[in-house]
Amino acid sequence: MQNAKDMKGYRGEIKDALDNEFLRGAMDKFAVAYRANRANAFKGMDVEGLIGEIAVAKDASTANLEALFQEFKKNAEANGVQVHLAKTAGEANEIIAEIARKSDCKLVVKSKSMTAEETLLNHHLEDKNIEVVETDLGEWIIQLRHEGPSHMVMPAIHLSRDQVADLFTDVTKKPQTNDPQKLVKVARRELREKYVNADMGISGANFAIAETGTIAVVTNEGNARLVTTLPRVHVALCGLDKLTPTLHDALRVLKVLPRNATGQALTSYVTWVTGANECAAAQDGKKEMHIVFLDNGRSAVSKDPVFSEVLRCVRCGACANVCPVYRTVGGHKMGHIYIGAIGLILTYLFHGRDKARNLIHNCINCQACKQVCAGGIDLPKIIQEVRAIIQDEDGHKTEGKLLSAVMKNRRMFHSLLRAAKWAQKPVKQGSTGFMRHLPMLFMQEQQAFRELPVIAEKPFRDTFKKVKKTVAKPRYKVALFSGCVQDFVYPEQAEAMVKVLQSYNVDVEFPDAQSCCGLPLQMMGELKAAKDVAVSNVNAMDPSSYDYIVVGCASCGSFLTEGYENLLGADPTIRVKMKQLSDRVVDFSSFLVDVLGASPDEFKSFGKSTTYHSPCHLCRGMGVEEQPRALMRTAGLDYRPAEEEDVCCGFGGTFSVKFPEESKAILANKLKNVDATGAEMLLTDCPGCVMQLRGGAAAKGLKVQVKHMAEAIADQLK
Amino acid sequence: MSDMSKVYDLFRQKAEAVSAVVTEIGSIAEAFDYVVDICDKKEACKLLVAGCEENLSDKAEALCDAKQEKIICAPGFSKKDYAALEKRCKEKGFVLIDSGMRGHLAGIDIGVTHCAAGIAETGSIVVDSDSEELRLATMISEFHVAILPKSKVVADSYDYEADFLKRLKKGANYQAFITGASRTADIERVLAIGVHGPLELHILLLEDN
Repeated sequence: MQNAKDMKGYRGEIKDALDNEFLRGAMDKFAVAYRANRANAFKGMDVEGLIGEIAVAKDASTANLEALFQEFKKNAEANGVQVHLAKTAGEANEIIAEIARKSDCKLVVKSKSMTAEETLLNHHLEDKNIEVVETDLGEWIIQLRHEGPSHMVMPAIHLSRDQVADLFTDVTKKPQTNDPQKLVKVARRELREKYVNADMGISGANFAIAETGTIAVVTNEGNARLVTTLPRVHVALCGLDKLTPTLHDALRVLKVLPRNATGQALTSYVTWVTGANECAAAQDGKKEMHIVFLDNGRSAVSKDPVFSEVLRCVRCGACANVCPVYRTVGGHKMGHIYIGAIGLILTYLFHGRDKARNLIHNCINCQACKQVCAGGIDLPKIIQEVRAIIQDEDGHKTEGKLLSAVMKNRRMFHSLLRAAKWAQKPVKQGSTGFMRHLPMLFMQEQQAFRELPVIAEKPFRDTFKKVKKTVAKPRYKVALFSGCVQDFVYPEQAEAMVKVLQSYNVDVEFPDAQSCCGLPLQMMGELKAAKDVAVSNVNAMDPSSYDYIVVGCASCGSFLTEGYENLLGADPTIRVKMKQLSDRVVDFSSFLVDVLGASPDEFKSFGKSTTYHSPCHLCRGMGVEEQPRALMRTAGLDYRPAEEEDVCCGFGGTFSVKFPEESKAILANKLKNVDATGAEMLLTDCPGCVMQLRGGAAAKGLKVQVKHMAEAIADQLK
Repeated sequence: MSDMSKVYDLFRQKAEAVSAVVTEIGSIAEAFDYVVDICDKKEACKLLVAGCEENLSDKAEALCDAKQEKIICAPGFSKKDYAALEKRCKEKGFVLIDSGMRGHLAGIDIGVTHCAAGIAETGSIVVDSDSEELRLATMISEFHVAILPKSKVVADSYDYEADFLKRLKKGANYQAFITGASRTADIERVLAIGVHGPLELHILLLEDN
């Protein structure tokens, strides 16, 4: 639940979560186990193909909700079901309370429904003096604790066995041990008694199949089977987004949903209910069955060109499972009722701006969610859209406005960066390249978990002419896009790139008018300024003059391609040039391996023991995984893979300034895995990651040298 | 190996991966031998496993007293088959029923059912559950024994789609895909079998080709 009044309050809540050692341990264990289980469950399957099919099918349903609802209604009514449509959460709750009143229901057993969580149905029924008992074990536990779920599939994942034992001791008034097996049996019997006496069962629905009027419910415990069988009345509460035309759609989603949720091939039970079935507890021997469809803004979302893809969500929770932020703070702080990446968006759409305002910033844009989403939703992009919209509605923050103003004018931006070099003089630390003390004026003390670098003596744009060589008969002519960090903080990385490229007879140019790629602006919700900067870069790089545009910064590379497509793809005045530019963008490692065909002959045969951090925007943003590893091996380095190489380092640009405590926790995991390899050197393909990792290693006193790939490769050249 | 034996193998492998017990049988009579045998080996009041030994609230505890003898429920069998199983149960002193499940909500020992299909990809059985007695027999029982003719095993859920769609279109109906026993991992992600439904799922793969 989000109750924080402002960002400060929200950060305070996050700190509480970070201090919860049980939570942190449980989340870490889960994150690691989940990856292996998911991979195993999908072994041999065309996951991307399936996800693509789901996306297409869900989009088709979304575009056709009204007709699907009518078709479903007709088929369900033909089988004796009463179908209701609620415009709002309150209306849905009222419809269900009224069914309970008319049918004289006093005790409700409920199987898990996120939609009922969305409407806060239990509170509403309890206010009408109806007893509601959750029967999913996790939901029952959190209901007894008066909490919301901390995960969409595993609602009580934040609790320890001791906490559950104490809770069950209270409930049964008998002492309970903390053995999960025994606690589960206690729940079995305590809840059985509730099933026996309940007069209404409430379920959710994972699918509402229009062609047959069937609802299907996915559970592991089998509680939905009892909830829909024993009581004389059954009410299913179902979001309109669960409507799907055919059985085939449901079977298709079932191939992904459980695998994505928990790494299971299929849940223990899939319950398919069509019409009012046999029920001995009802007077006429037939169940009184109602299906309440909930709109609550879904129809409006379905018609929006940006947000409609949100309705592809099948509530598997995978976006939380892989999220490094969720892993460090848990679901209660990474959502309101819906949690994880989709939760940030749904909070805005279903529970409003006030609940979403702080929350929406808590995304590090690592793209891990997007990669696993069962519906292929571009979650990070939509989160940034919501950020921008809330800023437009609320008024932009001063720092965003300032940054926009500065960045739109490249000369002003670069002059400021040059000036910063002088401002930092008093705090520069000897020869180590770190700031000695953080200038307290603009840095918070929470930043002390990593040493921060200084602005370079001379930016790359000034030193380029010195390293530039004339190549007689070049194999390729390329433009270097350095990005701000390489240009102004780590020019030596860009210089190393030039040196390596020239050794392969490549003619390198540095178009001087290039500026920040625009990603930091987008991350701050400054979409208009981001677009302006993108246009000026497209003009500055003139793609037709180069064979390739080589980037040493994965974040810039991914933004120049996918990010620019999102920003400029619909603008006829620039989209052709933009596309020509993105088609030519290639990262340093891929350029060496795929285009130049780097071979071991060109390198020294012995190199340092080396491990690797795979930048989010390289492995997911640009889809590059193999090439950096191949390059290290080719160049004679002794590559020692680390655990979780492709998990975020915690940088996320502006994220690490907004949420330093989370950034620190994510970085700590990363450095632990790096340290465990015992490697002398840590390489990566992104200067932002270098900044985070080098600063973190220095603050922790680790010996590992953190370098950009290009620097290590340059050193290995014969 | 023929294509179908590969499918049966996959079915077995996937079902066993979710802790179902899969046994090949040659006839219905063997199925009944199997049922009587596991019922015999079950402890006298297996309900203990299902929670009666725990410290329960007084209301929940009252349910434990309702159970005295071993009960098997076999809904949906032909008269001939039912009579054959009944004969076997009588020899052992077990009670066999095919209705009245609402009188046994504290639990029964074994529910025996037919399967409409088996899906190898996930090791799932499909149980036509229109009958409330059958739904309860397969949920309230501690062991669910499901008889699955080999001819009804398909490789993939899509292969069963056309048949399943016919079932969903036949008027009000209630279907179940069951994959292993009832399970949860809601407490510290520790796997626990038998939350609300059976503690064990036994699948008897019947040779009928």
